[in-house]
Amino acid sequence: MHHFYLLMAMFLFLTILAGLLRVFIGPTKADRMLAAQLFTTTGTAICLLLAEALQLDGVRDTALVFVILSIMAVAAFVRRLEPKNPGGEP
Amino acid sequence: MTIWNIFSILFCLAGGAFFLAGVVGMLRFPDAMSRLHALTKADNLGLGFIVVGLCLRSLVVPVIIKLLLIWLTVLLASSTACFLVGNYILQEAEEKPQEN
Repeated sequence: MHHFYLLMAMFLFLTILAGLLRVFIGPTKADRMLAAQLFTTTGTAICLLLAEALQLDGVRDTALVFVILSIMAVAAFVRRLEPKNPGGEP
Repeated sequence: MTIWNIFSILFCLAGGAFFLAGVVGMLRFPDAMSRLHALTKADNLGLGFIVVGLCLRSLVVPVIIKLLLIWLTVLLASSTACFLVGNYILQEAEEKPQEN
């Protein structure tokens, strides 16, 4: 039974590899950030599947850390690359 | 193989299908705003189905609560992140309208 969860985790890893293409060809910075955001969610799912397949309870905490770090990454991205006049005021 | 295991496999497969759809949308949608749509689908539904599948597999109450809390955190984080990135894209488009 746990082989199914391992195969599922491997499949999600392959989708991450496919999504890396968007990081390479993404025309804008926002596209690359969105692809990285998708990888974080997929990585969370992989962590949860591995925690079930290998019976490692601590990996679920790793998944939680992934989620919290991802939102911090997006907040830092938006703050750092903010346009000159936030709010659209001329 | 109990009935719970079969439902667990079905839910996990559905989650994997949504992740696949998210990646395909991320690769094929034309602009960043529609890619946001693909991203939120994978975030909310894909991870949600996988969490439900794993809950049906474990059937232990603390583990189920933890999995549901992780999914709730992902929902909050992904909606906040998509709002921030969408706002960023809109502001950038207002600054450089000739490039669209």
